[in-house]
Amino acid sequence: MSTSSASPPARLSIRSRIAVGVGRAVAGASRLVHFGTGSVIGGRASLLIDRNLLRNLTAHRDVVIVSATNGKTTTTRMLSVALETTGPVVSNSLGANMTPGIIAALGSTALTEPAVLEVDERWVGSVLDATGAQTVLLLNLSRDQLDRSQEVRKLAQHWKTAIGRALPRNVIANADDPLVVWAAADAPDVTWVATGQDWTSDAAGCPACSGRIEFERSSWHCTGCDLQRPTPDIVWDDSTITIDNRSMDLELGLPGRVNRANAAFAVATACRLGAEPEAATRAVGTVTEVAGRYRVTRLDGVSIRLLLAKNPAGWHEALAHLAPSPAPVIVAINARIADGHDPSWLWDVDFERLGDRFVVALGERRHDLAVRLHYADVEHVIAETLDEALRLVADSPHHDPQCAVDIASNYTAFQEYLDRVGGPE
Amino acid sequence: MTMSRESAIRIGVLFPDLLGTYGDGGNAIVLARRLAWRDVDVDIVTVAAGEAVPDSCDLYLVGGGEDGPQVQAAAELASSRALHRAVDSGATVLAICAGMQILGHRFPDAHGNDQPGLGLLDCDTIRVDRPRAVGELLTGDVAILAPDGHSFDIGILTGFENHAGRTVPGAEARTFGRVEIGEGNGDGTEGVVTGRIIGTYLHGPALARNPRLADLLLAWATGVDSFAPLDDSEIDLLRSDRVTAARKHELAPRRSWRDILRGS
Ligand SMILES: [Zn+2]
Repeated sequence: MSTSSASPPARLSIRSRIAVGVGRAVAGASRLVHFGTGSVIGGRASLLIDRNLLRNLTAHRDVVIVSATNGKTTTTRMLSVALETTGPVVSNSLGANMTPGIIAALGSTALTEPAVLEVDERWVGSVLDATGAQTVLLLNLSRDQLDRSQEVRKLAQHWKTAIGRALPRNVIANADDPLVVWAAADAPDVTWVATGQDWTSDAAGCPACSGRIEFERSSWHCTGCDLQRPTPDIVWDDSTITIDNRSMDLELGLPGRVNRANAAFAVATACRLGAEPEAATRAVGTVTEVAGRYRVTRLDGVSIRLLLAKNPAGWHEALAHLAPSPAPVIVAINARIADGHDPSWLWDVDFERLGDRFVVALGERRHDLAVRLHYADVEHVIAETLDEALRLVADSPHHDPQCAVDIASNYTAFQEYLDRVGGPE
Repeated sequence: MTMSRESAIRIGVLFPDLLGTYGDGGNAIVLARRLAWRDVDVDIVTVAAGEAVPDSCDLYLVGGGEDGPQVQAAAELASSRALHRAVDSGATVLAICAGMQILGHRFPDAHGNDQPGLGLLDCDTIRVDRPRAVGELLTGDVAILAPDGHSFDIGILTGFENHAGRTVPGAEARTFGRVEIGEGNGDGTEGVVTGRIIGTYLHGPALARNPRLADLLLAWATGVDSFAPLDDSEIDLLRSDRVTAARKHELAPRRSWRDILRGS
């Protein structure tokens, strides 16, 4: 990845330097009293001093933006390691994906180092404007926390407006997601990547005309207007990815179909930015844990694995990652601000798939989950604490001590359990 | 339990691809399981947008959704009139949120313009200048009078609401009565009932939290006066958890210091 050709020496103004220093001090103080990594609060403090800090911190570097409802943290991580095959890269690798978190990640790095930024769906416009990013990777849009975020079509409109205004040079987008295709279509040059998508229920209504999208095998089109699946430039076919007529095997350290798709997007983007395809493909295979997700560890003498799922599309994939049945599983649901206050999406998740397992319902909304499992005819019990849940699982008939117990949770529950086992690496 | 019918109960789930934003599919799951546990055969008929709506179901579910799809759903139902025919021959309907709005006389579209509704529920939904109502919704004790004069006690209704617009019940309509916590119709009442059609702002899987409302719909749809009770103990736990949360105004976000510092 080449750095910007703009020639003035890369230097921050005094104001920006003070802002970065204050942010770092606040984050450090926050860490001292054990309040997480402190990056967000530090970034906020910086912004109070220099509200153009993001613009100033990115004026001399190439920036890549990665956004999606699901998979953005994992894909950002994979893209970073793929690009590192060409030189140093900075990234907000812990998933703090709004302006304050991005500033915290960039504050202490060389001003010309390329940045791979995970960006919250709702912040794509403002981060794109501030950073002047010339490369944007758009993965998918599906419903997520509807009581706090915008309806999914409004997010697609937000992306479309942002792309149409900033006109980034490289857009890499998912050809299989109608909302993404509509949002990305105005960019001057789009690399369409096809990885297949089996979650289509949030895209049935056409974003362009409110008509109906019809999905066929590996294609789709609108019945009311001319929106249709573009011809993909890069196709990922279960285990191989083909770029410029070179086919490479993707061997990953992360489980599941969706992570292979994330890897395909990461490799496609890295190659577009100059990485060598074989090296990029090998590099993404080395990722085994992303911000604590998929971590295998021990707690109270029980081997566990932490899985994160935040919305129906995410749970659809997470249920496919579980240790083979009839292994018992712990499912934890909270409904704080970061989770969305309304867990009615539990009814959009096919928990019937857990039918032959023993499930422990955990988290602040364990009763909502228990009723969902009750109506799914899934054998389950309720636990008040993680320790109680681990005891119940360890005593259950199909528990194999050699096999890690999956703890699948939504956002704040996941963060709580990750803190219990030592936090992100 | 005496069954007044031989064949399976048919439940029509209308346009889940357009109106199913808030876990609305849960209502069909709840109804189907409650019938299956009582050894009543059930047939779920899912009708996607663009498909013909059958007029022969015993019970119809119309879910909540976004503004654009809401207008399309209304247009399809208005042109086929299948739901009108079904209601004329005695079908039961549960209409949630956007579904309730389109079953009324009129509702506002995304631009605030009046759109004609189906006129099956006696209510008008109008745009009001206030933030979206989002949070726990709780009513007082609800009794619903059936068209045949039979009164059903369905207890406190608990759920989550997420809607704009105000619904004004007409002279012919009944409501669930007073709202204890939340916005509801916007005039201190919640829900609109016309004949065997029930509309409510308790969105998404309203029946998951309100099993007696589910059994009322099933009683109307099957013609059975009363069903054998089921083990609803886990649902009672959920109900008391949510009633307590609503009364403590917990819809206002629970934020610990750690959450605030994390920015979450
Ligand atoms: Zn269209």
